Amino acid sequence: MLQMNTLTITTTINRRNYTLCINPNQTLLDILREELGLSGTKRGCEIGECGACTVLMNGRAVNACLVLAPQIEGQEILTVEGLAVGEQLHSLQEAFLEHEAVHCGFCTPGMLLSAKELLDENPNPPETDIRFAISGNLCRCTGYVQIVEAIQAASANKPERKP
Amino acid sequence: MPPHKSHNKPVKQAVPHESASKHVTGEAVYVDDILVNRQLLVGRVVYSPHAHARIKSFDLSAARCVPGVHAVLSYKDIPGHNQMGPVVKDEVCLAENEVVCVGQAMFLIAAETEDQAREAERLIRIEYEHLPTILTIDEAIAQNSFLGPSRTMQRGNPDQELQKAQHRIKGELRTGAQEHWYLESQVCLCILGEGREMNVFSSTQHPSETQALIAEVLGIPKNEVVVEIRRMGGAFGGKETQANHTACWTALLCNATRRPVKIRLFRDDDMKMTGKRHRFLSRYEVGFDDEGNLLAATFELNSDGGCAADLSFAILERAMLHADNAYYIPNVSVLARVCKTNLPSNTAFRGFGGPQGMALIEHVIDRVARFLHQDPLEIRHKNFYGIDSRNVTHYGETVEHNRLHIIYEQLVASSEYDERRKAIAAFNNSSEFLKKGMALTPVKFGISFTTTFLNQAGALVNIYKDGTILVNHGGTEMGQGLHTKMQQVAAAEFGVNLDKVKVNATNTSKVPNTSATAASAGADLNGMAVKNAVDTLKSRIAESLAQYWSEQNPDTSTAQHSVHFENDSIVDIEHPARRISFADAMPLMNLRQVSLSATGFYKTPDIGWDKTKGWGKPFHYYAFGMACTEVLVDTLTGHHTILRTDILHDVGDSLNPQIDLGQVEGGYIQGNGWVTTEEIKWDDKGNLLTHSPDTYKIPSVQDIPKDFRVHLLQNVPNPDTIRRSKAVAEPPFMLALSTWLAIKDAVSAVANHAFEPSFSLPATNEVIVLATEDLKKRMRENPPGEAPTQ
Ligand code: FES
Ligand code: FES
Repeated sequence: MLQMNTLTITTTINRRNYTLCINPNQTLLDILREELGLSGTKRGCEIGECGACTVLMNGRAVNACLVLAPQIEGQEILTVEGLAVGEQLHSLQEAFLEHEAVHCGFCTPGMLLSAKELLDENPNPPETDIRFAISGNLCRCTGYVQIVEAIQAASANKPERKP
Repeated sequence: MPPHKSHNKPVKQAVPHESASKHVTGEAVYVDDILVNRQLLVGRVVYSPHAHARIKSFDLSAARCVPGVHAVLSYKDIPGHNQMGPVVKDEVCLAENEVVCVGQAMFLIAAETEDQAREAERLIRIEYEHLPTILTIDEAIAQNSFLGPSRTMQRGNPDQELQKAQHRIKGELRTGAQEHWYLESQVCLCILGEGREMNVFSSTQHPSETQALIAEVLGIPKNEVVVEIRRMGGAFGGKETQANHTACWTALLCNATRRPVKIRLFRDDDMKMTGKRHRFLSRYEVGFDDEGNLLAATFELNSDGGCAADLSFAILERAMLHADNAYYIPNVSVLARVCKTNLPSNTAFRGFGGPQGMALIEHVIDRVARFLHQDPLEIRHKNFYGIDSRNVTHYGETVEHNRLHIIYEQLVASSEYDERRKAIAAFNNSSEFLKKGMALTPVKFGISFTTTFLNQAGALVNIYKDGTILVNHGGTEMGQGLHTKMQQVAAAEFGVNLDKVKVNATNTSKVPNTSATAASAGADLNGMAVKNAVDTLKSRIAESLAQYWSEQNPDTSTAQHSVHFENDSIVDIEHPARRISFADAMPLMNLRQVSLSATGFYKTPDIGWDKTKGWGKPFHYYAFGMACTEVLVDTLTGHHTILRTDILHDVGDSLNPQIDLGQVEGGYIQGNGWVTTEEIKWDDKGNLLTHSPDTYKIPSVQDIPKDFRVHLLQNVPNPDTIRRSKAVAEPPFMLALSTWLAIKDAVSAVANHAFEPSFSLPATNEVIVLATEDLKKRMRENPPGEAPTQ
């Protein structure tokens, strides 16, 4: 069996600081799901094509399956579990509920975070920008309409509640 | 309202998805998210790299010595039957002496880590002797390689009437396979209970069958196996039978190691190992008159079943039953057979043969129209099933409550079809390489399992002493909103608020012997079963409360039939002062020794179908819909854009308009994938070439119509179903045939519609460019004006 050298890193995930002993071969997705039990971030393809594993790293949407664990040293990660603050849902979460943008829900966490990156940059994006922002997130259920509508609704709901 | 889309959504009825709030916070638990202790082992499936070979020998000894590896199993280690065919027992669980497709499971490994399992796989020694392969429908037909006998259905005398018809055309159509691409790949977790008990968490559409097959491979009785599924991350038919495979493999490893085991297929492995939508090679001959009235047709459907039967016969049957789509053809024969090839066994996929049958007739109609130089919509309309006459299908079922004509009228008007048809012609006249096309196509889809006995469902409803209700039913949740609808049905029938009702994970120990959640029938069947259980509970409660109020009021007794359930209360409507809140009534019921748990059952009435004669009433009713799609095609690159889509779809009285609209939109887009970009290719060794999302392209948000207008047909209650609703899941898939034919219309404009384009499905960029070049060549050789449409 291969013996890995482990590394110790510090990182912030959902506003909490962690010191983690990691195997440098692990991905951020492995760390979240297997080490920290943050299973909201999904495994869809593990090659950066489906967007189910999208999280924010310093505010930028990244595919957690393509980020190697050492790369998160000193970074701030936000996953779906960190979107709500206490009981207070993020406006995107509320809009997804209201617009029935969740069918099987497997793409939902990634969609929410891609949308958050967009709205953080431009609180009132035109529909073309919304489509562009989630073009790396595949959904096999909804046909995307209700998702786009939800993001539009959340953008109209600005100002967004800041964490 | 967003500008790109308008909805007729009665917001009052909007009820968010039952567990949506957990989905948006990441708390929703899928099989892969279930917490297990550190004992959990990783399961890995070793599969065949060859499409057809004899296994001369294998050696697992080195693999078994890898540290951290707890089991390496071959077929010899299966304690029960080495069999997992769902209908026909022709599918082994692990290969014995022969492999019949690339991706067939041969050995199973359980290890502490994925790396250890892979290391063990590398050390397995296998010797093969290669055998001849059959990899296409054409090869299978040439070599007489079929699964089961062929089937026929016939009405009238098509051969004779074809001879008499003014015009006759014949040809063939190829429709492609499709990968399900559920976002959550196949996954199962098994945990041992005491003794032989096996607890299975499987992402399956058919827990009862998963349970049965696990019991069979383990050689234990079914009452030792419990299968549970809370939710799937998509399924679309891909987890109707083929989830059983992953579940059986996981159970074998769990049983052998006595530790919890999980198998989650990697995306590429899932794509290589599991079956797809059946590709078809269909042939036709059709006779019609000058006006375009269809008089006779013969159809031959050849599906690619892959290496085993799976559900291929039922899928073929549904294709045969939908070869008419919305059209009355007086004389029809359908001959159909399933080809046996060395590919993974093809399986259920939304529409279940319906899309393949409908693609054929829609293609035929389109061709007839081009031949007669008429708008295809004219020909469609002319041949629609009638209301009082010309309304019996080629298998003897009368098309009742026919909505085709009202949908047609409304959609032609709302889509501004005629004006846009003119504008498109004008555009095409002035544009050489960019061409527009449009098509309006109908869907008539039969609802019910065509295997009649499967049309049954069960439920178990419990009320607890605090007045909360727990609903168990046999259906599974895969994103279609079934649990939400069941929650709504129970709440509405009890007259209580939605938050009083919870829907449990589907569990074989709660509701046994269920049918798959399939055939779009989940809400129809389970909704009725839930209602049946609720009715039993209500009558028990009403009887006891009537007695109680009568005891309290000896002079003016309460009759049981005047006890009503409404507004979170139970009331005697004759004496409205006798009212008790639902929650307060339950401890009283407990005191009065009333059972607050009841089972429910339902079987679809009025259906019956003689498979051998091909005659009868296989369907409880039909669902209808139409879509009008306009596309812009770049004929130099083959790239297409959907400019606008108008859909009007019939769901009866919708149980939940938001869910139903989502199903219509999602179905249409998934169908668009099938008819455009989702191309499946195998090499000449039977290896799947499109086994990853970077080579297989499902629609992204950039592929949806620029302008998308979806409406549900209003004021059309469906008699004799749960709350007058209609099934929705599958029918909208076939609305996408409008996209395929709109693209063909645009390509056809290259030759000013004088020639029939050579077209197949999907209309990939390649198909579009080749068809365009072919049309240009034919134009040069045979200038328009002199050209026949053939
Ligand atoms: S799982 Fe990371 S992009 Fe698909
Ligand atoms: S909701 Fe199922 S994949 Fe998007």
